[in-house]
Amino acid sequence: METVQAFSLIAAAIIFGICGAGTAVAFGNLGGKLIESSARQPELAPKLQTQFFLVAAFVDVISIIGVGMAFLFIFSNPFV
Amino acid sequence: MATSHETVETAQTAADYVGHHLGFLTFGQHADGSWGFAHSIDEAREMGFWAINVDSMLISVLLGIIFVAVFRFGIKNATSGKPSGFQNFLEIIVEFVQSNVKNSFYAKNELIGPLALTIFCWIFLMNTMDLVPVDWIPWLAQTVAGDSHLFFRAVPTADLNITLGFAISVFFLIIFYSIKIKGLGGFLGEFAFHPFGKWALPLNLILELPGFLAKPVSLALRLYGNFFAGELIFLVIALVGYWQLPLHFGWSVFHILVITLQAYLFMMLTIVYLNQAHTTH
Repeated sequence: METVQAFSLIAAAIIFGICGAGTAVAFGNLGGKLIESSARQPELAPKLQTQFFLVAAFVDVISIIGVGMAFLFIFSNPFV
Repeated sequence: MATSHETVETAQTAADYVGHHLGFLTFGQHADGSWGFAHSIDEAREMGFWAINVDSMLISVLLGIIFVAVFRFGIKNATSGKPSGFQNFLEIIVEFVQSNVKNSFYAKNELIGPLALTIFCWIFLMNTMDLVPVDWIPWLAQTVAGDSHLFFRAVPTADLNITLGFAISVFFLIIFYSIKIKGLGGFLGEFAFHPFGKWALPLNLILELPGFLAKPVSLALRLYGNFFAGELIFLVIALVGYWQLPLHFGWSVFHILVITLQAYLFMMLTIVYLNQAHTTH
């Protein structure tokens, strides 16, 4: 039981770390490109922003599911 | 906030406090055959499929009624003369949804506008329950019921059943309009013949079907994941004593963004998916 709990915590830590790293890279790229392209064509900025939020949702989804799973492992572990 | 402090002192550990806040008020059949509310999370688990989370249902239906009532009141009192601030407020919401629908939905369908408005406002209201301090609504429910060990969760979108319900409804609408616009053959043909022509049918199915089935799952899990994680962070912040006040404030301010963004995204993705269902390749 203690072993399972310890390993779950390590798993949760790894999930948090990798989710954070992945979304950080993705959002960095995404936001950078958004600013770049709206600087190039400011009249397109509102349209690009809508697209940005849509793509942000796709970027976001796996990692936020991962974070939810990690919280589940920490607070109400299904394997214990 | 003071109530959370007391709860921590009377409960044994932090994990107990958080665990107690993760239980739903579940109504279903007990193991011995009688019907009633579950008294622990394990008991709720044993109830299986035919159990209902009364707290999520109660709050979501209540918020739905509030949404309909507010808009109905606004429409009854609408004037074309000098609009009141309230009418302006409703018009901003309706125009915001309308412009989004117009920009990304190209077919003709009278259902999409009201659907998008309902999804946006209802999910927004349900998400907003996250901003109520985590102990207030459970404490209120416990006081009303006279049972200090009652489970009650205030955020309906942190319940997977509610978000999956939304997503599956949208999924059925996608299938319905796909078949209505393209015919059954056209709808199935999209999976069978789409990327590589008809001689690579199994490969096409392997490529297309998971993407289609992932739509409702990702819709539901995105909303659920965001609010489950958000609620848990509120609970963890509630454990730290009086320093929780600035932390709560900070996380709440950040959460205002998340609440609006997630409601907007659910609405936008519904519109985009339904637009895909209406367009033929």
